[in-house]
Amino acid sequence: MPGVEGFIYPNELELQWSVLIVLYPFITGLVAGAFILASLERVFNVQAVKPTYRLALLTALAFLLVAPLPLQLHLGHPERSLEMYLTPHTQSAMAMFGFVYLWYLMVVLVLEIWLDYRRDIVLKWRASTGFARLLYGAMALWSDNISESALKLDDRLGRALTVIGIPSAFLLHGYVGFIFGSIKANPWWSTPLMPIVFLFSAIVSGIACILLLYFVTCWLRRVPVDMPCVDTIAKYLYYAFLVDFSLEMLDLIHRLYEADESFRALDFMVKTRLFTSQIVLQIILGTLVPLVLLGLSQLVTFREKTRRALYVLAGSLTLMGIFAMRWNVVIGGQLFSKSFLGYTTYKMEFATREGLLPAIVLMILPFVILGVLIRLLPPWGHGEGDRGTHAQG
Amino acid sequence: MDQDRRTFLGQTGKLLVLTASAAIAWEHVLAGRPEEAPNYRATDHWWGMAVDIEKCIGCGTCVRACKTENDVPHEAFTFRTWVERYVVDPADYEHPKVESPNGGYDGFHEREVRDPNLKMFYVPKLCNHCAHSPCVQVCPVGATFESQDGVVLVDKSYCLGCRYCVQACPYGCRFIDPRTHTVDKCSLCYHRITKGLTTACCETCPTGARVLADLKDKNDPIHAFLREHKVQVLKPQMATGSKMYYNGLDGSVR
Repeated sequence: MPGVEGFIYPNELELQWSVLIVLYPFITGLVAGAFILASLERVFNVQAVKPTYRLALLTALAFLLVAPLPLQLHLGHPERSLEMYLTPHTQSAMAMFGFVYLWYLMVVLVLEIWLDYRRDIVLKWRASTGFARLLYGAMALWSDNISESALKLDDRLGRALTVIGIPSAFLLHGYVGFIFGSIKANPWWSTPLMPIVFLFSAIVSGIACILLLYFVTCWLRRVPVDMPCVDTIAKYLYYAFLVDFSLEMLDLIHRLYEADESFRALDFMVKTRLFTSQIVLQIILGTLVPLVLLGLSQLVTFREKTRRALYVLAGSLTLMGIFAMRWNVVIGGQLFSKSFLGYTTYKMEFATREGLLPAIVLMILPFVILGVLIRLLPPWGHGEGDRGTHAQG
Repeated sequence: MDQDRRTFLGQTGKLLVLTASAAIAWEHVLAGRPEEAPNYRATDHWWGMAVDIEKCIGCGTCVRACKTENDVPHEAFTFRTWVERYVVDPADYEHPKVESPNGGYDGFHEREVRDPNLKMFYVPKLCNHCAHSPCVQVCPVGATFESQDGVVLVDKSYCLGCRYCVQACPYGCRFIDPRTHTVDKCSLCYHRITKGLTTACCETCPTGARVLADLKDKNDPIHAFLREHKVQVLKPQMATGSKMYYNGLDGSVR
């Protein structure tokens, strides 16, 4: 059989979850991470990251809107997906996806963004004409009360919402980890560490993504980069990455030391089929190199230009590393037979429903949505997101 | 006519009740759901299977019968049942040589085991109809379920095709039907066993290596089989409550 080595069960010839299912944890991870970065400013009052607060919220929303699309494209019967809401099987981790997703989208993100932007929306509503007026009116829910007391209430509600939002972000991504971690049939996935590893890698990828997006938006707007802001983000990225790396290494060392019945099969796989994506891309280039770069930036005081270059490089490598990690979990977990006696190959197609092309489109789409959101609700004003102290429009 | 009014009314009453029952049963038969007809009570049965590895000759008749009976696609990755051939060096039982060309559909080519130290045997496999099925647990919409008589079934009109159950099955028993884009698996020939017949694979097995078993039927030979043999289920460490009882299962079988 082409692509097959050793013995696999006959039904294992076809890989079940494709590159689209790699995108799903990658995208939800970016959402959770971006939100947690945003809440640093809001809840923990880290003023330095303020310039990225609104950008992080809008990014989280843009990615969250795209998150269910790879799943929809993957389903054999996408038209039946509503059944997950109407007749959910409560014992199924996957059945809870819809509810966690809706909770996060509507209650946490949309509401928080709305409360934060309400003043700006009302001001834009007042200042605009025609279709824009109608749009902003609808976005303000036709309520133009932006009195001092109303804005104060918005702020208090927003803060409370962020406090709920942090455990919700943990839930969103921890739950994605649980989907994999709870499959006892698959030793590559089945570990209670999976949700927590997913969570920390989510925080890492979200922070790296916002760091890069901030650089890009500054460059596009031709404004100087706020160095204390990026220095602080880089610091948080470094700490989160250290925790993430420790957890992943703990998992690896545990497997190596226990060396249970699946170990030989998994060990062989990592040394052959997953060598490039796991050892080279994920661990060396995607984790160790950015950790060294970020660690250096904490120890040595580089010039601003050097620091910027360093952060961009570290952020890009981090994102690649986390994507590789998702790939290794999802695809890697399907390359070996549950008989532990053989291996199969993943052949990615191009212009098919689950091929590379839709995957690329799905990765570009959040940035298009983010562009629209930024146009509608500019995250920067005179005071770079100073809530309640500046007027927009 | 010596029939009094009481007897007449009694007999008429019985006739009416019986006609109605027959009418109900006939409706289910026509609708293709005879198991719901009043004469089959799911709660009276608990289905499983006895598989005797020492009797299996690897002819593949069961695989062919299953594909025909259940209209299983003739693809290399769609099997409700299949047969594996193991060649094991007892000194290295952790590394058996296993093959299952086309799921054993065409039988196996003769393989001469010249080395007297090696052992060779065939292992028929199918859905284990677990009492604590991991596949049932993960289905997000309950499209796959355990019936009251212990058979794991799929409602194809409800399945999303998310493939989570395929990932969750430790035995590799599930596949996606390329025609319907929904999951498929052994139904233990539910359409047959609820009519008092045995499964297609058991029916056609020339050596009686696989025998359908009703664990709730006190007269079923399964009880003697379980009592008199050293039986084992596949991957017992998975604790799935498998109801496929193998006699002569070698430790090398995965």
